[in-house]
This record gives sequence, structure tokens and C-alpha cells, in this order.
Amino acid sequence: MSHPIQAAEFLQDQAKSKWHDETLWFVRDKRDKISKSVPEWENLRDLASQIKDNVLANLGKYLEEFEKNAKANNIHVHWAKDAEEHNRIVLGILQEKRCKAIVKSKSILTEECHLNPYLEKNGVEVVDTDLGERIVQFLNQAPSHIVLPAIHLKKKDISEIFHEKLHTEKGNEDPDYLTHAARIHLREKFLSAKVAITGVNFGVAETGEFVVCTNEGNADMGVHLADVHIACMGIEKIIPKRAHLGVFLRLLARSATGQSVTNYTSHFRSPSPGKEIHIVLVDNGRTAQLARPKFKNSLKCIRCGACMNTCPIYRRSGGFSYESTVPGPIGSILSPGIDLQKHSSLPFASTLCGSCTDVCPVKINIHEQLYEWRQEITKAQPDRAKSLAMKIANGVFAVPFAYNLSGNMMRGALKILPDSITYSGLNTWGKQRDLPELPKESFKDWYKKNRK
Amino acid sequence: MPENKKHIALFIPCYVDQFYPKVAIATLELLEKLGCQVTYPMGQTCCGQPMANAGYERDTVATTKHFIRIFKDFDYVVAPSGSCVLHVKEHAPAIAGMEKEQSELHDKIFELTEFLTDVLKIENIKGSFPHRVGYHASCHGQRGLRLSASSELNQTPFNKAKQLMVNLEGLEWVELKRKDECCGFGGTFAVSEEALSIQMGKDRLADHQAQQVEILTGGDMSCIMHLQGIAKRNGNPIQFKHIAEILNEAIS
Amino acid sequence: MSSRDLILSKIKAVPLEAKNLPTIPEFEFEGDLKARFIASILANKGEVITKAEFFSLLDSGVFEKVYSHIEDFSSFTNIKITEDAHQLNDLNLAIIRGQFGVAENGAIWLEDQDMGLRALPFITEHLVIVLDSENLVANMHQAYDRIGLQESGFGLFIAGPSKTADIEQSLVIGAHGAKSLRVVLLNL
Repeated sequence: MSHPIQAAEFLQDQAKSKWHDETLWFVRDKRDKISKSVPEWENLRDLASQIKDNVLANLGKYLEEFEKNAKANNIHVHWAKDAEEHNRIVLGILQEKRCKAIVKSKSILTEECHLNPYLEKNGVEVVDTDLGERIVQFLNQAPSHIVLPAIHLKKKDISEIFHEKLHTEKGNEDPDYLTHAARIHLREKFLSAKVAITGVNFGVAETGEFVVCTNEGNADMGVHLADVHIACMGIEKIIPKRAHLGVFLRLLARSATGQSVTNYTSHFRSPSPGKEIHIVLVDNGRTAQLARPKFKNSLKCIRCGACMNTCPIYRRSGGFSYESTVPGPIGSILSPGIDLQKHSSLPFASTLCGSCTDVCPVKINIHEQLYEWRQEITKAQPDRAKSLAMKIANGVFAVPFAYNLSGNMMRGALKILPDSITYSGLNTWGKQRDLPELPKESFKDWYKKNRK
Repeated sequence: MPENKKHIALFIPCYVDQFYPKVAIATLELLEKLGCQVTYPMGQTCCGQPMANAGYERDTVATTKHFIRIFKDFDYVVAPSGSCVLHVKEHAPAIAGMEKEQSELHDKIFELTEFLTDVLKIENIKGSFPHRVGYHASCHGQRGLRLSASSELNQTPFNKAKQLMVNLEGLEWVELKRKDECCGFGGTFAVSEEALSIQMGKDRLADHQAQQVEILTGGDMSCIMHLQGIAKRNGNPIQFKHIAEILNEAIS
Repeated sequence: MSSRDLILSKIKAVPLEAKNLPTIPEFEFEGDLKARFIASILANKGEVITKAEFFSLLDSGVFEKVYSHIEDFSSFTNIKITEDAHQLNDLNLAIIRGQFGVAENGAIWLEDQDMGLRALPFITEHLVIVLDSENLVANMHQAYDRIGLQESGFGLFIAGPSKTADIEQSLVIGAHGAKSLRVVLLNL
């Protein structure tokens, strides 16, 4: 299904969609306030963007440096060209360790690779330990937001699924009560898991370490209790130096949730005695995106989710309407690079308002890339023009589209067409909007009479 | 030569020409009242923005060539639309053989309020407009041309439209809850994502209504056409005027 | 070709213009480091207490099983610590020393030696970090200057208790890890 259909469906539940819009706006507002409390905020965005430019220009060099240093620190480094190889590598480690149950903290990359169903198919129980992710996992859903995975759900929904899965009291919707129930449930999982999987926020070439940020502490609970830590990292997550963490960590949490830093920022450099750390470096389309000059900047993304919180479309259509692992504006410029046909409606799910670009902590020109994807998609899909032509045929857009041929054509048409047609289903503009009243003469006509 | 003695071309977006001639007239009269010599080149057509934003920028080469030819000999080009000006500056395809003219055009084309504040250097306009006014910051003017500070950025607040209007006698400037949220017009987005477009428009109107706005104004008739269309359909009594109309009425 | 070489060769095939790394300037910090640090910890839902307050809290007996990783409070330790972190599951209070704190966000830096077992600050029900108020830096740039290129296998910023807002954005303290963070600020 395309984005407009999904969006219209999301908007059917007016109360819920309004809540979704207002809740995410509140998060953006917190981000606005905290970003304005940092005098050098715009300076930091410039620095972050420039560091990422340098990363993209030297990606190979930094990856090799990272690998060398990580290996020297006793970290096992694996390379995966695509999702399938990534999943195979992870499964291979689990099989070697005879591990049948793992805990996993938030990792958009493993979502992108569809690791969970793959492991489950191969007899491994996967427990997502981020509370929001555990909730959506119980419901057999994907996260609808990369930072706030369960933002599409109300506490009533969560109370119901917890009652079913964790035997909490029926009807008890208290967030403290529900979170406590999840804590007890997940504590058991943490204590029994031999392998823990995490994502990676930053990999540092200079030291071979990687950094994971959480508020819940779930990544650390998992890895420090397990014997083996597998970290899955997109190759674009590399940064040159440890000092650069200072720039990115000042931006990340403030942009994501409006807090000054996540409560836990963990730097993994080498395993504890007797334990193992594996890191899987994943391409899965990233080198292809790097080779697209107009779109390579999308690889600067640090997955803060600020563009989702600010996007007036995302807030009113929900994450699932995008049908891609990373939803929202950044997803709409990443996903077409992975599957142009499947995601062709996404670059059009925007008014090009530019708010995403202005909140982006690494200054990705998101709305400009949306515009550029549109140019690509119309070339790849000639049929698009026909469906668009149908929608604009009777509405206000007939003016610019017909103007080149004859300035007066549409004025004529509007006058001739009876209301029954201009306001019928054929005219998308007029379904829920009145057309402007037609003046007796155009400006051009007025000017001829009054100024020449 | 003072800026207002230079030769100014009026660029009137196609839908303004067709649907809102009064906005074009107000723009012309306003500039004339401010002492400008203004000409409306008759041969002008649509700038090509709706096509380009729909993904057909490549089909606007002829339109763009024509646009450059029509406007290249003027000192300034002024339009009552941030959106169309932004298109000409940033998205119109590069025309081989007209590089110089095109680059000059990018430097001399202005949206109306920025022309008044940045070129004519008008601090504020003297006049009277005793109404409670809500300002819709259209996105392309807002974040494309930077006509006012973006709520997303950590920058010193400014607003070119407010600067021009706020000292008008009797005018009550309204601060909105979401001062620069998109209205959902978005060109063909208005029809390709109709449900969202309508919802966004309704939400914008609700913000203005909650602040008891009497007249909703802005620098782009496209957004206003969309908001007005929704307001009219729903019996919402709020009135709509382009900022050119307000300024022109205020000083007469 | 291995996937490693394939990925690296695909990157090499992309023509890229050189982009220099920027220099990170020294950003000025206005205000009092201590006051700002305390405000940051509070904003992160932690608490800041004095040594005296902490002693009386310890004396009150609210914490059944206690482990102090630092000398000053070792008399309160009443459990045996082993190599296996799983056995800390019912630990009520862990006391550790932070190396330094960051005023702009309340983050406190810890390395392997400061926690003994990496799981300690997470698995404990409550966490106390003792920090000398002389050891405060203004921002994260100064923090990484101070960390330099130290080689601890694990480094950690803790800025508050374990928290989540995944249920309708309602803030809940104590998601998986420590249900509270108290910072004992010395030499105030």
C-alpha cells in the first residue's frame, strides 16, 4: 500500500492521531528548548556535519583503521556485504556457542536485516530488551519510530498485551506498574542469556572502540551478564577520533528526546577477561548510497529521530505508514536507495517544508534529497504522471499545468464546469476544500486596462 | 540611483494572476506607493514550480528559459510569493548558454517582504490596520528564503513580515502556538496526500482560531488558498488576506 | 573476494573529494560548574547528597545488601563479591567512585577499575557514586580531553538512574538497572 492510503487510515482514529501529533510535537518542543540552551548549538551542527563529510570521504581508511585497532583489543571483527550475510554471521556465532536464547538491545540495523525472524526460524529465542521494543515484539509489530518504538500505542494497548503475556492485572494501565512488571520479566532473561546483541551508535577508528547509548541500561545489563557480546554496526557509524564523540554526544540526546545526554553512554574497547566481543560491520546498500552523489549525505545520519518528531506528516501518519524500517523524512531518503519501486511514494509524502533539515544535528539536506528522489522516481515510473494528472485535472493545479499552453484555458474550464463536477470525487482538491472564487478578470487583463 | 528608482519587474505567480488578481494589484500599488517604478512583463508564464516539485523538473527547461528571457533586463524582479521565488533561485534547471543571465536573476529576484526590508530598507510602514492578525509563515519563504527565524534553529529572532506590519496602528499581532508549522498545501501534495493535507490545514486553522485571529495573512497565496478552501467548506468565519493587501490598505 | 575486500573495493571505486576534519574550538562555559552539575543530575532524575547525608542514609538500614568498591565506605560492605556478576542480582546498593563529572549534562566517567565488575552499576538496585566536586569539567569536549587515549577496556558515562518513557511518554525510573542514582559530592 502506498503512503497516502496508510496515512488516511491512520487519520481515521482522530483522537489517537491527534495524540500522536501532540506527543511528538512535545518531544520536538523539548528539543527546541534544550538546543537553545546551548549557545554553540549551530556551531556543533556544523562541526558534526563536517566530521561526517570527512568520514564519507575516507570511509575505507577509517574502517580499516577501526578493524586493526579493534582486533588489537581482542575484538572479533566480521564484515557483511548484506543483510543475509549479517544474519548468517550472527547465527554462526550463536551456533558455535550453542546458544538458544539471546537478549538484544535497540538496533535499527538488526531490524533492517530482519534478524529476529531469521534467528527464530533457526530455533533461537530473541528477547528485545528495550521496553518499547519488547512491547512491539509482544504484539508482533516492528518499531514505529527509531527512538520511541511504541509511540503508536496507548497504555491501554500495552496493559492488554502485558496482561496476556506477563499476567499483569487486567485493566491496570499505570506506567510504573507496567514497567515494573517488564523489569521483573526481563531481569530473568538478562540473567539467563549467554549472548547479548546490541547496536552501535558510534565506532571510533582511532581506538577501535564502539559506543552504545541507552537510558534504560538494557544494553549493558545484557552484555555484562552474557559471555558473548555481538555488536551490529552499519559501516557509516564510524567516526575518526575519540574526541569527536564530544561533538556527537552533545547533539544526539538533545536532538532525540530533549535531554542533555542519555543516562548511560558505554564505551566498549575490549572484552572482560574470559569473555568475547564480536562486531559485525554491515554494508547492505550503504556503499551503493555512497556512490550516489545527490544522496550520499543521507549516510551522515546518527539516528536521533528528530526529523520524525518534527515532521508534520510523520506526526499525523505514524511510523507504519512508511512501510520501511526507518520511517519519516530520513527513511524517505534512505529507503528508495534500497528499493525504489517499493518505496516510491515516500519522497512524495512531504510538503518539502524543510523542518527536517533544520532540526538535523548533522545537517543532512533531507528535504532537498526528497526533491531529488522525486526527479528520479518520475523517470523510473512513467505511470506516475497519469495518476497525478487525474488528480489535478479539475482542481487548482490545472492552472499552472495548463498555463504554459494557454493562460485562459483553465479559467474557461472552471466557469463552464458545473459545481457537481468540480466538487465531485474526480476533483481531489475540492473534496474537502472549496475552490477559490473566480474573479471576473485575471490580473493580466486588469493590467492591460489599467496600466498600459 | 536610489533602489526605488531602479526598474522593477513584477512577477505574478500563475494562480495569483488567475484566482487572486486583487493580490497582484495590491502588490503593484504598494510598490508604487513606495515610489518604485514597476512593470508587469506581459509575456510571463508559470515559473514551473508545481511540475518540478511533482518530480518533472526536467520538463521545465523551456519554461525556465522563457522566464529568464522575460525578466533578465530588469534591475529587480519582485513577486508576492516566497515559494515561486525559491523555485526560481534553487530548483529551476540550469540553462546552458544562459548561465550569466540565470545567475544574475538569482541575485535580483526577491519575495515582496524581503524586497521591502532588505532592498528598500524599510524599517516599518506607517499606516493603520485595526485588526487582530495571525501570520502564516509559508515554509518555502520561512526555511528556504529565511524570511523569519526558524523555530528549529538557535538564532536571534527576526521576522520580516512582522517588522513591516507590527507598527501599523491598531494591528494586533498574534503569536501562534506553532509559529512555523506547515499548513499542508505542499503543491501537488495537496491532492496526492489529500487526507494529510486537509488535516494539516485544519490544525493550522485551529491554532489561529484558538488565538482569536480575525484575519489570517501570509506571503503565499497557495497556502492561503488551501487554508481558505478548508475554512470556507467548514463555515469558519476567519478572513484571509495576502500581506500585500494588508500593507496596501494600511497606507492608503 | 571476501566481503571485507568487496566492501572496501566498492568504497574505493567511489570518486570522492577530500574533506578536511574541522578543529573543535574551545567553547566558553558560563556559570558555576558545581551548580550546573547539580542541576544536570537533578534533571536526569538523580540526586545529589552530602557525605553526612549518605552516612545517615546508610545507618538507617534501608539497604540490606551493600557493596562498596571504595575504601571510605568498605565497612558497610556485607556481601562477598565473586567473579560472577549473576550473583549480584539481589544487591541493594553499590557504592563506587566517579573519576570526574560533566557540568553540562551530569555525566560521570567510570572505567573498569572504578566498578570492578562491569555489571555492578547496572545490576544493583540502587547506585551511589562518590565524586569530588573538584573533579568537574564544563562540557563533553573537556571530558574527552581529560579521558585522552586511556586504554580501559570499558568506559562509561552514567548520568542518572535507569529510566524509560516508552509507555505513552510517561517517565518511569528503574527500567532495568539502578532504580536510583545518588551522587555524593565531596568538598562542596
